[in-house]
Amino acid sequence: MSSRADRARRGASEHEGASRPDVPGEVNRTRIVLQHILASSPLTIVFAVLAALLVSAVLIAATSAEVAAALPYVARRPLDLVVAVRDSVGGAYGALFRGAVFNSRQDGLAAQLKPLTESMSFATPLIMAGLGVALAFRAGLFNIGGRGQMLIGAACAGWVGFTFELPMAIHLPLALLAGIAGGALWGGLVGFLKARTGASEVILTIMLNYVAFYLVSYGLRTVLRNPESNNPKSPPIHESAELFPLLGSGYSLHVGFLVAVAAAFGCWWLIERSSLGFQFRAVGLNPHASHAAGMRIGRLYTWAMVLAGGLIGLAGANQALGISHAGFGSGIDAGIGFEAITVALLGRSRPWGVLAAGLLFGAFKAGGYSMQASQGIPVDIVLVVQSLIVLFIAAPALIRGLLRIPAPGTLVGASNGQGGAA
Amino acid sequence: MKLELRNITKRFGSLVANDQITLSVAPGEVHCLLGENGAGKSTLMNVLYGLYQADAGEILIDGEARHFDSPGDAMAAGIGMVHQHFMLIPVFTVAENVMLGHEPTGRAGLLDLDRARARVREISARFGFDIDPDALVQDLPVGVQQRVEIIKALSHDASVLVFDEPTAVLTPQETDELMAIMRQLRDDGAAIVFISHKLREVREIADRITVIRHGAVVGEASPAASNAELAALMVGRSVELVVAKDPADPGEVVLAVSHLTVRDAHHRPVVDDVSFELRSGEILAVAGVQGNGQTELVEALLGLHERLEGDLVLAGERLNGRSVREVLDAGVGFVPEDRNRDGLVGEFSIAENLMLDRYRSEPFVAAGTVRRQFRDEFATSKVAEFDVRTQGIAMPVATLSGGNQQKVVLARELSRDLRLLVVAQPTRGIDVGSIEFVHQRLVEVRDSGVPVIVVSTELDEVTALADRIAVMYRGRFVGVVPADTPRDVLGLMMAGGAAQDAHTARTTQKEEEDHV
Repeated sequence: MSSRADRARRGASEHEGASRPDVPGEVNRTRIVLQHILASSPLTIVFAVLAALLVSAVLIAATSAEVAAALPYVARRPLDLVVAVRDSVGGAYGALFRGAVFNSRQDGLAAQLKPLTESMSFATPLIMAGLGVALAFRAGLFNIGGRGQMLIGAACAGWVGFTFELPMAIHLPLALLAGIAGGALWGGLVGFLKARTGASEVILTIMLNYVAFYLVSYGLRTVLRNPESNNPKSPPIHESAELFPLLGSGYSLHVGFLVAVAAAFGCWWLIERSSLGFQFRAVGLNPHASHAAGMRIGRLYTWAMVLAGGLIGLAGANQALGISHAGFGSGIDAGIGFEAITVALLGRSRPWGVLAAGLLFGAFKAGGYSMQASQGIPVDIVLVVQSLIVLFIAAPALIRGLLRIPAPGTLVGASNGQGGAA
Repeated sequence: MKLELRNITKRFGSLVANDQITLSVAPGEVHCLLGENGAGKSTLMNVLYGLYQADAGEILIDGEARHFDSPGDAMAAGIGMVHQHFMLIPVFTVAENVMLGHEPTGRAGLLDLDRARARVREISARFGFDIDPDALVQDLPVGVQQRVEIIKALSHDASVLVFDEPTAVLTPQETDELMAIMRQLRDDGAAIVFISHKLREVREIADRITVIRHGAVVGEASPAASNAELAALMVGRSVELVVAKDPADPGEVVLAVSHLTVRDAHHRPVVDDVSFELRSGEILAVAGVQGNGQTELVEALLGLHERLEGDLVLAGERLNGRSVREVLDAGVGFVPEDRNRDGLVGEFSIAENLMLDRYRSEPFVAAGTVRRQFRDEFATSKVAEFDVRTQGIAMPVATLSGGNQQKVVLARELSRDLRLLVVAQPTRGIDVGSIEFVHQRLVEVRDSGVPVIVVSTELDEVTALADRIAVMYRGRFVGVVPADTPRDVLGLMMAGGAAQDAHTARTTQKEEEDHV
């Protein structure tokens, strides 16, 4: 365990040495939090999901009318309360499962599995955008700009979709590429500004979210506007640019899901196998050593944000071309840009992890609606579950304390020690 | 108030930063704590100030054992600290900074700024400082900011004052003024601990001197001791390092550095008009107390520094203004002084770290994809060749010991086609076995005809490896001398003694010129 000692000594030398040249991307608190989350073990994640479901179960029970009715005479008939709790929680999670995965109350396997295809459909943009956030994470960047990148991506894809009339083989890829390009531009702008000026990407992305929102709102009254509508809404896109359904018109699942899986594969190759990904990961973990090894940090930040924005732009295109073909408004991002952050965290910023996390959150979404419909439980409880999952992951000390798992830093001399820094 | 530290021991993991240090200071005396950077001086003072908790030992004030959980406790006990890096809020006024943490409040909890101003004026008047309590700290020169720190300490009625490397940021004139202030404080009855590695200042102000090295007290000295005696104590000669090597056989000039000046963020020169030549097949060791510009010299060679003037020419190719990538591609190998920060990505595997600076071209990368099979075969062979003790090439490099980490860095750099190798603090924080290995490797590099620059604060290492020794002090080369220069001469030069002892420097430099 000499890393501790080295750290102490490093603290001393920093303390006493002369000032060092500035490396773009100084180690900051956000990065330390990121490293924490990326280093969290799969066990922590599983536990976080279970703990979130448990806490939510308490909320469901607490707000249930049956439970409330059973409470006054709990001393005389305690079993009633147990039954009421079981019914409310079991009913809720049962409905969630039936709405998200497998509905045993339907006839025929195709109908029974329809909820699963719904989940996949909901998961598609979450996976795409989650990959974008994850890619930036791996390069040490906190991309909070999912909303803006999605809006620009959706607007670009939609514009290509309703403006041109082309054969599908050209039109659909072109519209998707337009969405990617729009998001890439919006993300790349952040990377470029950070590389050039050292501005925080967190601030830049948040601010550009507003710029994108009002830009698209303005577009919806001008170039993107449907002349036949009084609302600020785009015209319907041509059928040749639609993401076509995979399983026939009875199912909402469309070809976008395959694009998302392909994107996950592409990201996996990029991050884990490619030369560029090697540099992204190196910069994300230790910008100083990367700089000394000859990597061009500013350029890497820019590229990471271009690619991240492109993936999130793809999610925007997915919404414009696959969900809202009839025309979209300025709310087309539907909060997915922010949910993507939680997806990326839950997937520990690994592409396959993001795919799995996207599917899980897609399932929560699909199941949430069925839960609301059949049990009268507000769909918002799903948001509570999602938020709790992230809370439990983001507060690793809490989980570690509960499970008595040693801190990752004690094993691998992680980056955040207080060591000898005076 | 008399302060005593008894047998203070502080460990960080396996590193013993303070080993049973005993120290006392009485009212009306200046006690100097002399030692190289990293000797454990600051750690000891942080223990005293409640920032660290000692693992063993006790702190006594007027013979009574005290325990400090935080700087607040230490302040309340009458201990004031003037930090090397000022603990001031730049956008606050002097008065606001002084009252920080002890804000006097009046009715309804409103700040009583007038009282703070009066306190500043009162203390200023006592010491003849000319300080406007309403001036913003950021507008004040560094020397005056330091006085604000002193006022801050005094305003809490500190009777023990600790100055942690106070002159590091001062000009010579400001340093002289500070010395006068310290004398005045002493005559006023304060007990002063003065931490420094600068011999001249220590001899000038100290009533008593305690020298610490590698975390332990190695002796006490009187202010009448000579610079040579102090330097010998401070640098130490505990480890005899012997490196088997033949006499150098210098060839043509490979690296020519002329009038190199590097400026820090405040545009002060940290490397000041340095010129030297390096021939193939020789090792030039750059000696000096840490913080005299060696780090910046190395960074300038690597293209890591932007604010530089002068010329760096490697085999006829100009290096300044080039990116790090271009410098590396020109054949410069680099072993950084802080390998965890600049040399390795701790979470990366050994195999990945071994290709860290060859991430975009053959043989490690083909068609944009990392050739994992080649990478792993390469890593396996290098781990064997450099005797890296590990459970496997897929282990994160952070799990290795310091010595094995250094071998990974060295293996990576030596596996490229080099025209120059720049090595900073090659054996810092590594075990004795690895030290020998690293030294032997560096000599082999030299013998293969590649010139080597070794920057080290360890005098033993310098004399063991060097064919020539350049001594740096305050950003300048005070002299380039042969490897067999006596240690006490080197020690003097490292303490900036060359200027005072011009004779020694001049004759040795002349010898050196004859030698080449």
